[in-house]
Amino acid sequence: MKKYHPLNELLLARVREFVREPEALFWVYGFPLLLAVGLGIAFRNQPAEKIYVDVEQSGTAATIAQVLRRSPGMVVEIHAADECRNRLRLGKSSLVVRSDGATTFLFDPTRSESVLARQRVDDLLQRAAGRHDPIATRDEHLTEPGARYIDFLVPGLLGMNLMGSGMWGVGFVIVDMRVRKLLKRFVATPMKRADFLWSMMGSRLVFMIPELVVVLGAGALFFGIMIKGNLFAILALGFLGAVSFSGLGLLVASRAQRIETVSGLMNLVQLPMWLLSGIFFSADRFPAALQPFIQSLPLTQLNNALRAVILEGASLQSQALGLAILAAWGCVSFACALRWFRWSS
Amino acid sequence: MMHQARLGPAIRCRDLHKQYKTRNGSVRAVNGLDLEVRPGECFGLLGPNGAGKTTTIEILEGLLDASSGDVEILGMRWGEHDDELRQRIGISLQETRFAEKLSVIETLVLFRSFYRAGNDPADVMKELGLGEKAKSWVGKLSGGQRQRLAVACALVGDPELLFLDEPTTGLDPQSRRHLWDTIRRLGEQGRTILLTTHYMDEAERLCHRVAVVDHGEVIALGSPAELIAGLGGEHVVEFALADGSGIAEEELASLPAVLEVRKEAAGMALTVTEPHVAIPALLQKVQHEGLDLARLITRHASLEDVFVRLTGRRLRDEEISSAE
Repeated sequence: MKKYHPLNELLLARVREFVREPEALFWVYGFPLLLAVGLGIAFRNQPAEKIYVDVEQSGTAATIAQVLRRSPGMVVEIHAADECRNRLRLGKSSLVVRSDGATTFLFDPTRSESVLARQRVDDLLQRAAGRHDPIATRDEHLTEPGARYIDFLVPGLLGMNLMGSGMWGVGFVIVDMRVRKLLKRFVATPMKRADFLWSMMGSRLVFMIPELVVVLGAGALFFGIMIKGNLFAILALGFLGAVSFSGLGLLVASRAQRIETVSGLMNLVQLPMWLLSGIFFSADRFPAALQPFIQSLPLTQLNNALRAVILEGASLQSQALGLAILAAWGCVSFACALRWFRWSS
Repeated sequence: MMHQARLGPAIRCRDLHKQYKTRNGSVRAVNGLDLEVRPGECFGLLGPNGAGKTTTIEILEGLLDASSGDVEILGMRWGEHDDELRQRIGISLQETRFAEKLSVIETLVLFRSFYRAGNDPADVMKELGLGEKAKSWVGKLSGGQRQRLAVACALVGDPELLFLDEPTTGLDPQSRRHLWDTIRRLGEQGRTILLTTHYMDEAERLCHRVAVVDHGEVIALGSPAELIAGLGGEHVVEFALADGSGIAEEELASLPAVLEVRKEAAGMALTVTEPHVAIPALLQKVQHEGLDLARLITRHASLEDVFVRLTGRRLRDEEISSAE
């Protein structure tokens, strides 16, 4: 006779239901991708701004314009005095140079690009007039991968995604089953309750792997993010994150009888972590008084560990304390969920 | 698989009580209910919505704790032999919405995997006429097909005791008849079946014995034929007059072969022993008084009449006002 394995069948059912649900697929895999691309474009490192300078019509205007134009990044135009004022006021230029025997700079000192333009133009004119700089200086540009905003962002998005899909993927599905009386139907069979809960966790682990691949792969492919850490270490972090947050999802869903209830609870639990756990900007920016709370949140620790491992190539051992905090959240939630879980309505 | 008849009752419960706390006090859903279901019989709990049928069956299924009372299923007790009991019973709840995006066969294999031993899911599927729908998603099934799937899920463990809570509620007449045939066949295989229903015709057709339940108590128990015979007459004559008036109840009661008279929403109903005696007498009376007959129906007495006799209410009256 054919053998049936309840845990396998439960797991298979979860996987089938998930991949047959286009919306769920989008929220887990498509959404973080769009978010990364959108934020990556918004905060990309832009090339140095051009400097727009106008020169007032005069006998020496053409010479001054010629000198300035020799420097790359300078956009120089010659206009009548009134026109120059007007263009400065409208922001079409950052600086006006007046040369009537003396040289005068007209600009708004509260506009940083104007201050920058004044500095540059002054330098260029002084040098052209024969100023000799006593020490030679050299520029070295530092915009290498690893120090950009997108590098900071992608591990944060990964952490956020592990939290979101872990909690929703377990919590929402369970409450939905409770509403449908499917949970009650399951406990009316000899199904082992532990098998059911393990299948929930197990399905999260299965779905976590493509999540890692999609988010990190897109980061590497589109934004040239260098993944310095060991891939197994990253996988282990994904594993721990998925387990801990599915434990939390299980807890949030353990008694809720309506989708609305679980949605509210879910947002309530996730909101502080969205704000404080360093997804979009560093958690260190919050006041010191808040830090003990922030550092005790599971997502803060997951994000810290992901950044350290992915961007700096840190070892898992070096993240032991953070990972212990994360694991503790998972274990305590799972234990409480088991205790309070409402099987039949 | 044929099931051996066992000794002793399949289900026995004594003095079952269940109270629910509500906002304004408490409700007694089950109020001292006694039941004994014999092995191999199809037993019906018949009563209006809100009578406590579902509460009772869920206590017997081990899904709900009783406030007090004693329950024995297949000679075992909930809380002592739960796994063993779960292996040997099959349950169809009043309403289960199975996963919409799993196919029929996937759903059945999933349920089959929970049991140590049982039937081949493909065989059960065919037996319930779902063979053509094997690969259809549950979300695409009709109401009747879903209900058959619910019964199929109860059958994959090859149970000797089957609980069916309102198996045909909400189905169209054809789907109901189809499911009735199936349930009858399951009974013929030697399984014990306990079903709840508020359809008297369902109870009459399927059940060897019926317990009429009202307000959480058994108010009548016996085979459908016995219960109907208990009315004294097996026939009912219903009539209505064109002007909507009636004939005095004492006058009707004095007609030959009439046992009982009751006023209905539209007309009068007489319980009679011999229609061929009672009807001519009734017609003569109508003619004699110069009345105009709008409707005259004669039919066999049903469990509905039993219920009306016992409670003064109809089975389906409460359908709208209270959901169970």
